[in-house]
Amino acid sequence: MKMKRDLGIGYALLGASLGAIVLTGTAAHAAEQITFVSQGGVYQQAQTVAILDPSAKKLGITINQDSIPDAWPAIKTQVGSGKPIWDVVDTPTGYCLRGGEQGLIEKLDFSKIPNAAAMPEAYRSPYSVSYEFYSSVLAYSQKTFPKDAPNSWVDFWDVKKFPGRRALRNHPIATLEAALMADGVAPDKLYPLDVDRAFKKLEEIKPHITVWWTSGAQSAQLLNDGEVDMEMAWNGRVSAVAKEGAKVAFTYNQGILQSTSLCILKGAPNLGTAVNFLNEAVDPVHQANLPVHIDYGPGNPKAFETNVIKPERAAQLPSEPANAAKQALMSYAWWSSPAGEAAEKRWASFMQK
Amino acid sequence: MLALVSPALLVILLLIMLPVGWLAWQSIYHDGFTLENYRRIFTEDIYWRSFALTFEISLAVTVIALLLGYPVAYLANAVPKGWSMLILSLVVLPFWTSVLVRAYAWLALLQRTGVINQFLRYLDVIGEPLALVHNIFGTVVATVHILLPFMVLPLYATMQKIPGELMQAGASLGASPSLSFVRVFLPLSLPGVLAGCTMVFVLCLGFYITPELLGGGRTVMVSMLVSRNVELYNQFGAASAVAVVLLASVLLIFVVVSRFIPLDRVLGQK
Repeated sequence: MKMKRDLGIGYALLGASLGAIVLTGTAAHAAEQITFVSQGGVYQQAQTVAILDPSAKKLGITINQDSIPDAWPAIKTQVGSGKPIWDVVDTPTGYCLRGGEQGLIEKLDFSKIPNAAAMPEAYRSPYSVSYEFYSSVLAYSQKTFPKDAPNSWVDFWDVKKFPGRRALRNHPIATLEAALMADGVAPDKLYPLDVDRAFKKLEEIKPHITVWWTSGAQSAQLLNDGEVDMEMAWNGRVSAVAKEGAKVAFTYNQGILQSTSLCILKGAPNLGTAVNFLNEAVDPVHQANLPVHIDYGPGNPKAFETNVIKPERAAQLPSEPANAAKQALMSYAWWSSPAGEAAEKRWASFMQK
Repeated sequence: MLALVSPALLVILLLIMLPVGWLAWQSIYHDGFTLENYRRIFTEDIYWRSFALTFEISLAVTVIALLLGYPVAYLANAVPKGWSMLILSLVVLPFWTSVLVRAYAWLALLQRTGVINQFLRYLDVIGEPLALVHNIFGTVVATVHILLPFMVLPLYATMQKIPGELMQAGASLGASPSLSFVRVFLPLSLPGVLAGCTMVFVLCLGFYITPELLGGGRTVMVSMLVSRNVELYNQFGAASAVAVVLLASVLLIFVVVSRFIPLDRVLGQK
């Protein structure tokens, strides 16, 4: 791109027509685009306003958006076909790690991503940069529980003291952690997970689960329509439902603090632009703007120092230090280890028994 | 003749035969030949459960769609042209709405706080809301709704070709309307019944959206196993093998059915 423009200037000096330069210039600019993929819904709308549109404007690029609830199969398909369509994917951090190990994700050169290089090491991996924090929390209907609401996974498992219909996510990640906490394991002593113990505890609650939800939108709908009285859900989904007037609430107590990260598909069609975008997307100010639009915490902790997030707002966010202290921090390293993969495979037979 | 057919053959070859062949190849070849994917299917009981559930649901959907669709097609055939156009357009109308939207509409009707439960509670027929969705029942109801046109249209097409004089001839020989229906009309409409049932059954075997949205997470049909296997195992072979076994079982059904019924005559309607 740079070379093309230099050549253009060269032609101009040689007396080529002005129109030709203008044409080359615009053509090169128009070519600067990336395809960015996230999970859709209010979450992707919030990012568009806080991060994607400002980044596109600042970098002078076009960001094409796509959305998919679970990017992993698509990442495998696209990279496997040898011609990926997507460039940057916002996906749970574990997939970035696993994808990196399997050669599906580009290794990052942090010298080209100064904003990420300035982040603490726990917030990045060789393949990914943390983008935002969310939490798998215990949410409940305030209609069913006007007071004395369930406040821990022990309560969620107690069907006598807290009668009502329940939903959990149809996925082992965070669900096994919740089961272990329901069985008395402390939030900071979860890893490595005792998988047998977790599944045994899940068998206990299984007959009382009305729905095993598969997408965030579905979990929100269940709570909004009063289809269930309590469920595990992502904090942002619950507060979005509450904002629309439904009588629902949640607790950060024993929540499972999780992150999604940005990573770039191996052989992405616009690799250079994608790296520039990655740097811009974790810029502290853009990051600080995300919680203005949705109840997710910034992936770059420097965002809390920008004065964009007011203290009372910070207190509502999952990654705010006091809230984080009540929760279990998810270990993506464990989930992408062989033990974690085995636990994921075991989930299918648990569901169908 | 061959020249006229060749574009269609080419499309079939390129868009169906090649991908299916590639699929089958992947299920046995991944860094060398392997039967691991098939071993898994035939030894782990979750696969057996899914296949059994898928065939049960497909059978139930086919029978219900036939019971609902036959009278509709019969009526559309019996009434004057204008009325039959109206009936058929009502049958076809849902085609213009996305399957996803229709699945969500059923959610709004069937869930705990949905229209049906609210109404029944208002009438005081039930004390506790019924579990109408997030289970097999909800999945079957919505799938029948979506597949019903595939039953009605072949039935109607077959009934159209049954000469009305035959029923009159039956009556003239002293048969009551119900007897001439059972002895004359019903046997002649059987090709349509078979065509409709085959369409509905086969389409249902691969259904994904309704069990995913209305099955509550427990109703794991084969199509869901396919997507789950891509996620769980690190290669497509695991998913391809499931698809190949499903395809093989469908072909097996055709072979068995065609031993009793001349399928080529029925579907070709010569």
